[in-house]
Amino acid sequence: MLSVRRLNTQYETDDGPVRAARDVAFEVPEGKLFTLLGPSGCGKTTTLRSIAGLERPKSGEITLGGRTVYSSARRIFMAPNERNIGMVFQSYAIWPHMSVFENAAFPLKVGQRKLSEAEIRDKVMRVLGIVDMDALWDRPATNLSGGQQQRLALARALVMEPLLLLLDEPMSNLDAKLRERMRFELKRIQRDTGVTTVYVTHDQAEALALSHEVAVMNEGSIVQVGTPREIYERPRSRFVADFIGRTNLLEAKVVAADGAGHYRLGTALGELHGLSVDALKAGDAVALSVRPEDIELSETRPDGANVCTGTVSAKVFLGDTVDFQVAVGATLLLATAHPTLRTPVGDPIYLRISTEKCVALAGDKK
Amino acid sequence: MNHASVAPGPSSLRPHPSSLDLKWVILGLCVALVAYLAVIPLGFLLWQSFFTPHTAAKPAVFTLGNYAAAYSSVQTAKLFANSLVFAVGTAAFSLVTGTALAWMNERTNTPFKRLFFGLALVPLIIPGILFTISWIMLASPKIGIFNLLLQQGFRTDYVFFNVYTMWGMIWVDGLHYSPMAFLLMTAAFRSMDPALEESAAMSGANLWQVLRRVTLALAWPAIFATLLILFVRAIESFEVPALLGMPAGIFVFTSAIYEAIHRYPSQIGLASAYGVTLLLLTSAGVWFQSRLSASGQRYSTVTGKGFRPRRIDLGRWRYLTAAIFIAYFLLIVAAPLFILVWSSIQKYYSVPSAAALANLTLDPYRFILEHPAFLRSIWNSLVLCVGSATIIMLVTSVICWMVVKTKIPGRWLLDNLASLPIVFPGLVLGLAIMVFYLNVNVGIYGTIWILLLAYVTRFMPYGIRYNTASMIQIHKELEESAAMSGASWFAVFVRVILPLLKPGLLAGWIYIAIVSLRELSSSILLYSPGTEVVSIMIWELWENGQYVELSALGVMLIILLFVMVMLAQLAGSRYGVREA
Repeated sequence: MLSVRRLNTQYETDDGPVRAARDVAFEVPEGKLFTLLGPSGCGKTTTLRSIAGLERPKSGEITLGGRTVYSSARRIFMAPNERNIGMVFQSYAIWPHMSVFENAAFPLKVGQRKLSEAEIRDKVMRVLGIVDMDALWDRPATNLSGGQQQRLALARALVMEPLLLLLDEPMSNLDAKLRERMRFELKRIQRDTGVTTVYVTHDQAEALALSHEVAVMNEGSIVQVGTPREIYERPRSRFVADFIGRTNLLEAKVVAADGAGHYRLGTALGELHGLSVDALKAGDAVALSVRPEDIELSETRPDGANVCTGTVSAKVFLGDTVDFQVAVGATLLLATAHPTLRTPVGDPIYLRISTEKCVALAGDKK
Repeated sequence: MNHASVAPGPSSLRPHPSSLDLKWVILGLCVALVAYLAVIPLGFLLWQSFFTPHTAAKPAVFTLGNYAAAYSSVQTAKLFANSLVFAVGTAAFSLVTGTALAWMNERTNTPFKRLFFGLALVPLIIPGILFTISWIMLASPKIGIFNLLLQQGFRTDYVFFNVYTMWGMIWVDGLHYSPMAFLLMTAAFRSMDPALEESAAMSGANLWQVLRRVTLALAWPAIFATLLILFVRAIESFEVPALLGMPAGIFVFTSAIYEAIHRYPSQIGLASAYGVTLLLLTSAGVWFQSRLSASGQRYSTVTGKGFRPRRIDLGRWRYLTAAIFIAYFLLIVAAPLFILVWSSIQKYYSVPSAAALANLTLDPYRFILEHPAFLRSIWNSLVLCVGSATIIMLVTSVICWMVVKTKIPGRWLLDNLASLPIVFPGLVLGLAIMVFYLNVNVGIYGTIWILLLAYVTRFMPYGIRYNTASMIQIHKELEESAAMSGASWFAVFVRVILPLLKPGLLAGWIYIAIVSLRELSSSILLYSPGTEVVSIMIWELWENGQYVELSALGVMLIILLFVMVMLAQLAGSRYGVREA
């Protein structure tokens, strides 16, 4: 549906050109929600704007539904208003001089296709119904709350039945409660309309909650693409492991292969069994990523492999969970436990890490 | 004034009556000065317009004759029509030019636009009288080089351009105010979230639809406000109507006032009646404009943060827009400055040619430097610009403190009083002050002090604007903590408030110094031999036909103003002040 190939962008500053996106490439199948996730300045927004046509990339190729909308080799650059892409901006960009209805009707009025007033009314009211804004259709756009503005922006982007929907950090201006509700709403609307969607965010929880597929970006490049579960459970680099959720990163050395992607690894906690998607050999220096919720804590010694002993050095009660900071020798580990575990600070405690959750990351030092 | 109604200030905590007194003495003096300056000339102008001239033979008596004379004649209808045509034409012309340039500069990828932005501001420095004179040298039927060059080129004596017409007046004044329109519209475009336009493009709107249905529709309040500001500026402008209109018999209110006073015997009553009418027009313009900016704020409620600059790719059209920039620059900066510099190095005024190139001389500069009035007028101008800038910034800082930081009832009135002179056209203000001090002899008429009074009155609103902006940013607690440390009100004001205001004070001071140095329209009714200022000297040289000497003085004045603007920029970057 959407394919981006070897996309490079740069922007001019006073100190000369700066490269933003570097050889970015990905495919989004029809009807899927694809997320570009990364810290600010990683090139995700510039990639999105290149797809929109609001920025002219340096090189690469972008095709959308079989049409090439941008190609540096073939010198094609289709203007944004000809691409038939709906977009929701971070600031929502609701036109303050128009009513709710006029805002949503605008794409139908300026488009190539001429529609009758009745057709426009039908389409606009239907799309306002989808985002639950039909009751407010005659309100001036300046009298809307943040959440309502976002719904309207979404309606406006959907009304022309676009080939592709682009969402540029649409939740960042909402408060936490509303954000959670809009997550469900957005997921429902995307499923109901079946519109292919590219979503840009720096919030990993949002990315994991909404996406069919996530591309994690760092310093202009895509560092990993996968389903939310793959990204979370099988990070391929320290950056991804660290950026998505919380993790404990341990320096480790490969002792020996254990068969079928499993390895024995020497760490400060002693020898651990872990796995890696990369082919490792004995002696390789790797990083070991262990999620806090994958460390099982207990006051009695559990059975099985990957067990070690530590001391509780601090704990934070969070209501539904308790965060334990456990010292194993000189290493501090973060572990999440059920609130029923009440081991006092200073007491010894046992840790067990499932082999499947002990992910060795080869190669990169980042 | 009621002490209890003041917000608990530092002085109320201190038992010493002396500091308490000092506070009220200073506040009282400042209020009295502002009220006196703002109200007296206006009141007296109104009074004067209803009375016959006071002479030795008979005292002044009440009459409606001035208004009857002013409004019954066909002359006045013509005057009214001329003024409106001139002001509307000038405002529309400069608005269209300024808006188009601002759009090209802010929203397109026209080459060299950053350079252009700086260059487009240069004409703001050139005093109106010099800009007008340079356009006479460029496009008058007899001596204008545009005409002479085209006539030589086509071997004809057809007059191609004539600035001594209504169209000529609109052209020159419109060009002169276009940088102001450019600045105001640039600010309007900059404050607009580019995502508003981008989302229209994503909705399928083409360049023209985005421009018409979103950009201009959103900028409409700003456009209309700018139009009103330009209208007020144009209707009160004096240089163009006086230098271009009067020789051709095209009169507007300002030139009619000037003419009525310089007639023999001078018709002060008639001039006052014209003045009141003009004042009504400018007041209406300013009132609508303030109404508009108050209601226009609802358009600015929806703004994102951290705008990315949006640049429309014009493709090959960007060479056209670049050409427009260059043409504009030539018309508004290069040609006027060139002709002034050229004529300042000639013995007699002549059109640039190989023959004239042989006659280059610095005599005009020598003449000016040796002119007896030169040092005097420079001195007068400097005294006035330093004096008025200092007085205004200090007095308005006290006024702004009262308006912003206290809860004194009626402080809004004070704010409005101090801003009132913004509606006075310079000439009307000069007239009002002249009339008042002719009647109430306190010994300042004919001295430099009357000019100082006029300048302080006229530019007081700028002081208010600069000081209010920076006063709002000073957190109340900074003052309160000084008071808690035991400082008196005066100590707090001098040692905390004023230092914190410094960037705003400095920026405002330099701005007022610059506009004072260029002031002509108030001075022209108030100066006497011995109290000429530089702009008056230029005016007198023009009336004497000493064009080359005038150009030499003009070039020196522009250089001085340029240096001052550079200092302002430097101060601005050092103290973090942005151009207002």
